[in-house]
Order: sequence, then C-alpha cells, then structure tokens
Amino acid sequence: MSKMGLFINYDICFGCHACEMACSQEKKLPAGEFGIKIAQYGPHKNINGDWEYTYLPIPTKLCDLCAERTEIGKLPSCVHHCEAACMEYGDMEELSKRLVEQPRSVVFSLD
Amino acid sequence: MEQKNLEELYHKGELEWEEGEYTVCRGFQWTPPGCHNSCGILYYLKDGVMDHAEGDPLFPYNNGRLCARCLNLHEAGYQENRLKYPLLRKKEDRGNIDAFERISWDEALDYIANYVKNEIDGKGYGRESIFGMVGTGRNICWQVPWIINNAFGSPNTFCALFSGDSCAVPRTAATVALMGGYPVSDFGQFNEQMMDYPDFTVPGTILIWGANPLRSNADCFQGFWITDAMKRGSQLVVIDPMINWMSAKAAVQIQIRPGTDAAVAMAMNHVIMEEDLYDHEFVEKWCYGFDEWRERCSEWTPEKAAEVAWCDADDIRKAARFIATNGACAAPFGVSNDQKRNGVAAYQSIFNMLAITGNYENPGGNTIAYDPWGTVMSYVAGWDEGVLTPEMKAKRLGDKEFPLHSVGFSALGQPDILMKALETNNPPMRMSFCMGTNPFVNMAPDASRAYHALMNVDFAVACDYRMTPYIAGCVDLVLPIAMNWERNTLRCWFTPMRANRKISTYYEAKSDEEIVVLLGNKMNPEFFQSKGISTDMDMLEYIVQQAPNHTWSFQDLYDGKADGKNYDWPDRPYYQYKTGGLRPDGQPGFATATGRIELWCTMFSNLGLEPMPKYEEPAESPVSTPELFEKFPLVLTTGARNFEFFHSEQREQAHMRATYPDPRVRINPEDAKELGVSDNAWVWIEGKRGRCRQRALITEGIMKGVVEADHGWWFPEQDGNAPHLFGAFDSNINNLTENCNPGPYSFGADFRSTLCKIYPCTPENSAVMPGTEVVVNGGFTKNPEYGNPAVAAYGEQQ
Repeated sequence: MSKMGLFINYDICFGCHACEMACSQEKKLPAGEFGIKIAQYGPHKNINGDWEYTYLPIPTKLCDLCAERTEIGKLPSCVHHCEAACMEYGDMEELSKRLVEQPRSVVFSLD
Repeated sequence: MEQKNLEELYHKGELEWEEGEYTVCRGFQWTPPGCHNSCGILYYLKDGVMDHAEGDPLFPYNNGRLCARCLNLHEAGYQENRLKYPLLRKKEDRGNIDAFERISWDEALDYIANYVKNEIDGKGYGRESIFGMVGTGRNICWQVPWIINNAFGSPNTFCALFSGDSCAVPRTAATVALMGGYPVSDFGQFNEQMMDYPDFTVPGTILIWGANPLRSNADCFQGFWITDAMKRGSQLVVIDPMINWMSAKAAVQIQIRPGTDAAVAMAMNHVIMEEDLYDHEFVEKWCYGFDEWRERCSEWTPEKAAEVAWCDADDIRKAARFIATNGACAAPFGVSNDQKRNGVAAYQSIFNMLAITGNYENPGGNTIAYDPWGTVMSYVAGWDEGVLTPEMKAKRLGDKEFPLHSVGFSALGQPDILMKALETNNPPMRMSFCMGTNPFVNMAPDASRAYHALMNVDFAVACDYRMTPYIAGCVDLVLPIAMNWERNTLRCWFTPMRANRKISTYYEAKSDEEIVVLLGNKMNPEFFQSKGISTDMDMLEYIVQQAPNHTWSFQDLYDGKADGKNYDWPDRPYYQYKTGGLRPDGQPGFATATGRIELWCTMFSNLGLEPMPKYEEPAESPVSTPELFEKFPLVLTTGARNFEFFHSEQREQAHMRATYPDPRVRINPEDAKELGVSDNAWVWIEGKRGRCRQRALITEGIMKGVVEADHGWWFPEQDGNAPHLFGAFDSNINNLTENCNPGPYSFGADFRSTLCKIYPCTPENSAVMPGTEVVVNGGFTKNPEYGNPAVAAYGEQQ
C-alpha cells in the first residue's frame, strides 16, 4: 500500500481548533493532550508593513492518521471536521503534487 | 472519497442505523449548548449515552464540518455540574447551593401554581407581575413568551436585564424600518445546492464590520462559508479595532476607535456618492430619500471621520471604492453595533451603503431572510393566541416609554424599564421565570446592579442544564433542561426547516417544549386543551399547522418526509423585490410604506424619531467626557468572540479550558509598557462603576489606546456559594459597563465603547475581591473609591 499523509493549505487555516477537538474526541484524549496541535504566529506587522496572522496544525506523535477510520473508508477525524476545509488525506505522491499547485501549503509525512 | 461511497457510508435517506457498537442518529444540533446555527450532526449512542458526535457529510449546510464546541458535546452533556432533578430551596437560602433539595416535577409544578394562586392572585398583584427572562441560546426564543403569555397570562418577557436589547434587535429595527425585512449575506445558503446553485456567484467583496463571523456564526450564517468563498475569489474589507485573521487577509482593513462606526460608514457613503460610484439604476428605481441622504453625508468627509475614528482618511476612501466597484458586496453582520448607543445609526449607515451600491437580493449580496414556512417561532410567539386581553397587553413594560416598542418593533418588554421596576418595586415584579440565560454573568451591564435587582424578585424560577452563578445566587426553584439530543424540536431560523429527534434521556431533564406543555396544562388547561396540546409533539405540530406556508406536517418532517430527509429547503430565487415576493400584498418592491428601501425612513419620522442616521459619541469617550478620560485613559471594548465558548457556556469543559484557560484583556505593547504590565499577568480593569480582573494578552493586534476584554467568564471549578458565586464577579467585564442608558430608540447600550484604566494586580490591591464588593458590601458604588452613585433608572438621568 502506498504511503499516506496529510496535506494542509495553511493559507486558509483560521485556527478554529476543530482538528484538535475532533482528534481528542476520536482518541478519547484527556484535556491538554493533543494528536494535532495548532501553532500560531501573529497578529504581527511584518517589516514590509503587511499583517501576518498564520496558523498551522501540526500532527503529534499520537497521530496514526485515524487508521481505524480510514480502514472503513472514512476520513481522519481532523480532515472530516476541518472548518476551513484546508486539510486533505491522501497518497503522499498525490499530495506532493498539490504542494506545487498551492502556495502556503505543507504535506506531513507520519510514522 | 467518491460521492457514492460517502452516501453509502453515511446512510443517505436514513435517520438511524447501527454501526459497530454504536447506534447512529441523524439530527441537527441547536441548543443546548447555545448556537446560532444548526449543523447536520450524527450522534453516536452507546448504551443510551451520547458518546460522541460527528458532522453529517450529507447535509449541505456544513457538509461534515463541525466546530470544536460540537466536537466536545459529550463533555457538555455529562459534566459533573449537570442538573438532574428539579430543585427547591427557601428564599432566605439564596446563595447556598447545598440548601437546594430534590423535588419531583409534580411538586415543582404544584409549588409554582400555589405561588401564583396565593402570592400573586391572592395578594392582589396582577399577572403582569410575573415576568419571563430569555437569553440568546436560540432554542428558547419562542418557549419563554409562550409560557409567560399563555400559561401565566402576563405580557412581560424580557431579554433578561440586557440594556437596550443589545443583540440583533437594534439591527433588525434598522432593517425592518429601512427595507421591511432582515438581510443576511448570501453565500448560497438560501438554496440546497449552496454555492453550486446555478444562479449563485460568490461575493466580490465580503465586508466584515466589527465582527468575526468565523467565530460567531450568526443566524443563518456559517463562518467557514467565508473561507469557502475566499477560495473561489472573494476579497475582504475589514473594519475592526482589532486585527483578526481576516484583517490580515483583507484587501483593505481599517482599525477604528470603538463606537465611531456611524461616522466611518457615513464617510464611506460620502465617498461613494461624491465619486459617483453608486448604482444609479437601483437608487432611482428602488431607493427613497437619496438626495436627503447625500446631504446628510456631505459633512462626513473621510478626513473628518478619520479624525473622529483615529484612522486614515485614505483607507476610508479605499474601502468605499472597493465596496462600490468590486462586484457584489456581502456583509455578514455581527452584534457589535447592536451594543452601542449609536448602533441603530451605524447599522442604518451601513445598510444604506449596501442599498446605494445595489447589494440586496442579488447573488453574493444580501438576501432578505425569512423562514420559508412562515412559522412564528421567535420572541413574538404566543402573543396573539387570544389569552392576553388588550388591557393586559398594554401592561408590557416599555411600551409607554418607547414608540418603537409600542408599534411592535420588539416583541418583548424593554429591559431597562424592567431594571427600574425591580429597583423601585414600581410596578412590582414579583415572580421571574428564566430560560436559557445566565443574566448577571453574561448579558446585563453593570453586573452588580443586575444582581441586586434580581435579588429583589420574590420568587425566582430558572430552567438550565447546569448550575450557574445566577441559579446559585438568586434562584429558588430550578428545572433541569434536556440537551439538544434529548429533545424533539423544530429548527426554522431561517432556512432550511429542520426537525430534531429525541434519542436519549438524562435523569429527569426535560426539554423547554415539554416544560411549555407541562406548565401550560397546569396553569391554563382550558387554553392548552382547546388547542389539543398535551405533549411536546402536539405543541410543535400546533406551531407548524399555524404556519401559512408549511408544506409538510411536523410529524412528516420528523419522520424524514417522502425523500428520507428530515429537513425542507425550498428554492429561494433572487431579486424578489422585482417579483412581489417581499411584500404581503404581492406587489413588487420592498415591504415599506414607499415600497422602496428608505434611506430617509418614513416610519422613524412618523414616530417622531430621526429619519436618517446621526453620529453621536459614546456616552463615555475621550470626546464626550474628557474629564473622565483623564482618569480612565483607555477606550474599553468587550465581547469579542472566541472558538471555545458561546457566551458564558463551556467554561466547565476541561477541553475548552486547555486552549483558553482564563479571561484575557488585549493590550497594545506600547500601552502595556507604559502601564508596567507584563504578558499573561493578572491585571485590574477599572472604570467608573467598578472593576474586574483578567489576564493581560499583549498584542500588536489591538490599536494603541484601546483595550478589548473578554465577556461571560465564571469559574465552575471554584466555590459556587455566595459571596464567591463561582467567581462570577471577579472577572466580569460588565462591572464596568452601564445599565439604564440605552440609545435614543431604546435600542443599543454601550457595551463596546466605554472607558477604563488598567493596573497590575498585587496582593494589596486584591484584598477585597469583586464578589465580596458586590455581594457582601452591597456593590461597588457603596465604595467611595468609585464615587458614582447608582443611577436609579433611565429617564431620571435625562
């Protein structure tokens, strides 16, 4: 089976915490534990005068890409619930192509 | 994933199925916990317990997405603080949670009925001395007036002690007067195909004015539709004292001094008219009073507005040009201008701008929203069922004082007049019945005054799903409330019509609908039986059958209709002012006296009110009260939303507190340096009426000279007994805001623009905490430090 990963268009992530909570619910994590955690930079006025206000969800070592869900054809819970619909689950090679098309995006390779 | 696969996976056309160890039930989460929307949701039940919930990928409104609050529903529903049984204690035991004793529902109903018989009727008080209090939790809007009007026979329901009805009411007053309806920005949601509806095009410009819809998700508007539209090319204009995530993405963003919105909006209108950027055809055919409006705006040059608002005149020009020339402009509104004395004027100015640029009923513009079946399930519910006599209706508080109330602009009594009545016992307001609000924690300005006013009520009943500071402090009889998945209910605010099924129970908690029926049949059985209402399902069916345009019965909708869908989403074509869809008489035009959008408002004029917006400074501001500004040199704004909380809810959820542990006040780095405040330190925020403490969040995002403080904070993990009351006063920003001084239409109070000073908390200056100050010492105003004798009531200070 090909290697699967997470693509995130962080240009459109607005930091809603749905991915964190979806993961917490899926994995029954106690409060304060995260399988994915949003990092934030800003609001900050960059040296060029533009406002920077950027979020990026980062999967932690607790993330297994929701193996139980994907096995039956469901999406990982974070991807399913992401409010900005900025996360995609898929084959790493396909997702890497998405990286080229989409400015301000990342692909996470897990395990 | 392939569509076919998704439909199979999520059981298209089914309302319930088995999946491994779970029973999955399809529904719509509404309230509680409170929410302005109602996403499609899949509840996963195990052994009768709602284990978790997921977004329904087959419901186009949210297509699988869900916010953090719904993704933590299990914690909301099964928390330690959840109320399980009716509770009763003696009036002298208020403040002591342990004094509550479990009683049965029958005992609770008997107790209420006996109180009304012996203490209201028996002592010669009229039924108007029984009043309802309602919050913004959404699925309590019709139930409270129904109970108050039809079970108790009183005309008096209020948005608790919410000075100036400062949520949506000022906005709808402006829009109903101007255009006979309430516009909601169009992101395709008025048709089931959403953004794929053939006639839909995304807004060219999304105007975000003093709002953060990504967090607040106002009525019939899901915040994330903004990012969906941005992906399809929409651009942003953002007006806000704080830089939010959208400001950083905006084509134009302007930070303005809180409370100056009408001045800035009038300057934008000025630019659009003077530079001839307005929609001539729409103005000529569909607007009334253009020349007067042009004249009114003529003094508001961008330079003048910029000086008032502490911003740049060229930015005002840029924003105005962008709004007028970049295609359709949608303006998803928030509540912030409702929470200003000058708010109606601000909204009128913004709505006028959308009118002269032709942005109503157009794709990607702003659509006059209505419930497609015409169901009365709002604050006006139950008013005209024939129970209230004209004499009794005339006893609604506030109708005499405020002309817009007497003509029905608000279906509720006026809360500032209620405050006056409670403080003076004139007229006596003896018994309160509260659903879905936590009055002095959240919505009442001058929290201390609100607490003392509520303590003057002789008998207080509250319905809630968890122990709150209000219940702990002021309530005698408590009724436990069912969560959304524990109730049958109808969602219709606005489209689509949705039915939700009760799939679980929790001890003796009941739905608000069930309480309407129980109390109705106890207090006024003749009326309720004459309508055939014996169960919650009867009640909901009665409401649907009264709706002039219903296409299905409630039972049909509940059962999934013929197509397996438990919702009804009729097509809603654009440009209905051309086809007669907006007026009761079926004629083209808008539902106003002139049939046009009234830039110069005939209805306001007929009532002796200002027909066009007029800018006024906030009651307390650097300009209106310069001496006060010397003592309190920061402009304070409050009430910005966050993802974790809906007003005062969710504070008991550890998963929410993990990412938002404490209340925060946002301070500009330069101000923080001058104040000697370090990041994350507890600081006192003090104004002329009182003080509270929150943690400093030092951020470039807030403009210098302005601070923004959280609202709705209490600490369920702390002692709930008086005087502490879960710390409900310690961080309560409404210790600083003013009650009984609403705007000129009776709408809008200055929650969003007042004055304060900030200083670090020390052990010395924290010896007497606000809870003690309010509950033990009788209020901040008793302390000479504050030197502001409580103003007795609106009217006396005019």
